[in-house]
Amino acid sequence: MKNLKTLFALTVAFALLVGALGCQPAQQAGPVTIRVLTMEQAGPTVEEMNAIVEEFNKANPNIKVEIEYVAYDALHDKITTAMASTPPAYDVFLVDDIWYAEFAKAGYILDVTDRITKDMRDKIFAASWDITTVGGKVYGMPWLLDEKYFYYNEELLSQAGFSAPPKTWEELVDQAKVIKEKGIVEYPIVWSWGQYEAAICDWVTLLYGNGGRLVDDSGKPVFNDEIGVKTLEWMLQTIDEGITNPASVSYVEEDVRNVFSQGKAVFATNWVYMYDLVNFNTEQSQVTGKVKMSLMPAFANSGVQSATINGSMGFSVAATSPNKDAAWKYIEFLTSEDVQNRYSAHLLPIWQTSYQGENLNKLMGYTPANATTVPMFNEQFPFAHVRPKVPYYPEASKALQLALQLALTKQKTPQQALDEAAAKWVELAK
Amino acid sequence: MVRKLTLRQYDALIGFILILPSLIIILGISLQPILSTLYFSLFEASRGINASQTFIGLGNYVALLTDAVFWAAIGRTLYFTLVSVVLELVLGLAIAQLIHTRPPGWRFLRTSLIIPWAVPTIVNGTMWRWIYNADYGALNGLLSQLGLIDKYIPWLTKPELAMNLVILADIWHSVPFIALILQAALATLPADLEEAAAVDGANALQRFLLIRLPLLRPAILVALVIRTVEAFRVFDIIYVITNGGPAFSTVTISYLTYLETFSFGHIGRGSALSFLISLFTLVMAFVYIRILYRPEEKL
Repeated sequence: MKNLKTLFALTVAFALLVGALGCQPAQQAGPVTIRVLTMEQAGPTVEEMNAIVEEFNKANPNIKVEIEYVAYDALHDKITTAMASTPPAYDVFLVDDIWYAEFAKAGYILDVTDRITKDMRDKIFAASWDITTVGGKVYGMPWLLDEKYFYYNEELLSQAGFSAPPKTWEELVDQAKVIKEKGIVEYPIVWSWGQYEAAICDWVTLLYGNGGRLVDDSGKPVFNDEIGVKTLEWMLQTIDEGITNPASVSYVEEDVRNVFSQGKAVFATNWVYMYDLVNFNTEQSQVTGKVKMSLMPAFANSGVQSATINGSMGFSVAATSPNKDAAWKYIEFLTSEDVQNRYSAHLLPIWQTSYQGENLNKLMGYTPANATTVPMFNEQFPFAHVRPKVPYYPEASKALQLALQLALTKQKTPQQALDEAAAKWVELAK
Repeated sequence: MVRKLTLRQYDALIGFILILPSLIIILGISLQPILSTLYFSLFEASRGINASQTFIGLGNYVALLTDAVFWAAIGRTLYFTLVSVVLELVLGLAIAQLIHTRPPGWRFLRTSLIIPWAVPTIVNGTMWRWIYNADYGALNGLLSQLGLIDKYIPWLTKPELAMNLVILADIWHSVPFIALILQAALATLPADLEEAAAVDGANALQRFLLIRLPLLRPAILVALVIRTVEAFRVFDIIYVITNGGPAFSTVTISYLTYLETFSFGHIGRGSALSFLISLFTLVMAFVYIRILYRPEEKL
């Protein structure tokens, strides 16, 4: 009997333990921990992001920031999974332009309209506020101000006998043919056309550069019109002619950087982060000192001078975070003009004031890359286009990715593939 | 205690109390999620803090079973499962036989077999993504050094090839598991049966097919059930190597579930998919047991 009593006691103790594990942790003494989720890809390097966290933690002994990194293509799904628990696994996370509508609707991200000061409003680019604003409410602080740029390897281009980069995609094809004939590289241009968001970014760049659009003013998809089809046919043709690296159909931005870094491509498109890494990082690049940037080409006779994709992102506070004020404090620090200026090698500031007057010279001097990227940003940014802000974006994007892939792998004609994707977009909008 | 328990009742009670903790854990981590998945699969449910839920009965199942994307994913999954499991079994059996004959260095072979299996699937996938890379991958490097190709091949851009490349990566990872199970089973087989048969004039092939293979059946069953179930739910290796591309040619049923649930936020539809996967798996295990399991044999 005594044994039985002991067993009962043990069982009850076990049950209590199981129960206790399910409870919320008691209020901890000491610093508040803020967990941050961001990406390791385009943008600042892990070393830079860690250094910013260290600065913040030193200046704020009562807050402890812990930061985690995932690949861009895992970020969206990691956030939505993390938000299923209360309190959420992260207090602060990086949100892409195209997810703001979805996350705001789902109630994942905190409305921070009241926390935005007049100073921030006035000094930060209006285009950046557009990224984090949904239905007139601000849901995050702009941070990454990015667009795709046109890169070329000047040394290889001059070996082919050209002194200037192409201004139109037709000119690029002409130069590429000479480059190929002279055997300088096998495939003159490399893209990120894999079955990822990256493919949409390159497609938008080409589509708008041909005078086309994804959706019309009423939000109806029009990318399957004559311009859209012609643009996709052009992509396919560059593969057939051996101008585009055929592996592009499986690549993302990092593959583009690797191929370009090895001197295996003369042209590439990528975000701003690539410039510093390919032109100054001797450990990761064999083409340092040879890389230039120029205005993104457009198609001749399209009436467009240049077009590119706006790939900006912001930092938001989880709506269910128990430490919203501390979380916002970190975001304010991370996006402050001073921090953004000092860490501008792979990410340009969102602050207009950084580009004005005396500040411009200072900004250009912060890192060796800035002397090129800052003027390039000023030149290219007026031509940047955003993708539609709709709550069903991931599904719409996947349908368009599939259409591009079906056409590029020749399983469907560009017209068929784009028509199907457009029909899916119409269905999703219902 | 109000009345005295008999010894038998007492034992049963103690036994029940002793298994209670593990019972709670098993029910909590396996049965509860299955039941809530079943529950969610009956709703049109979105995701979010104020998520909406509408009861639609079997609507999600009807929509799935009439969807070409779903059946295409099932077809790819079956292809992946069939090809990878058959090849893994044949190769695994061959390697197990080889080790069993104790060639010089067999201990080293047996130990090094564990390495591919011990590599986490994600790491394995990343490794193979690099091997397959068209511009700087080892596969193109090897083939061109051997003089088999004169131009690098963009492996992962070919819809008809991509699934087979994923299968190859999966085989490399899983063959050791089967080889080790079968090798352990071979080591326990009595030698006298085969010796007797040899005396009676049976040749090596006959001895293998008629004696060794039937004796190995319980071990093969275990390996088959585990590998088939794993292969049917394949996800991580595809996520890393192809992300479902090119043009959805590697979208399996688990990958589709992931897309619907986590990327698109269709919780109801995703739950229905998960539940269907569980059913398929259950049916497969049942079929295996009916075909391969003989009650008189011990597993």
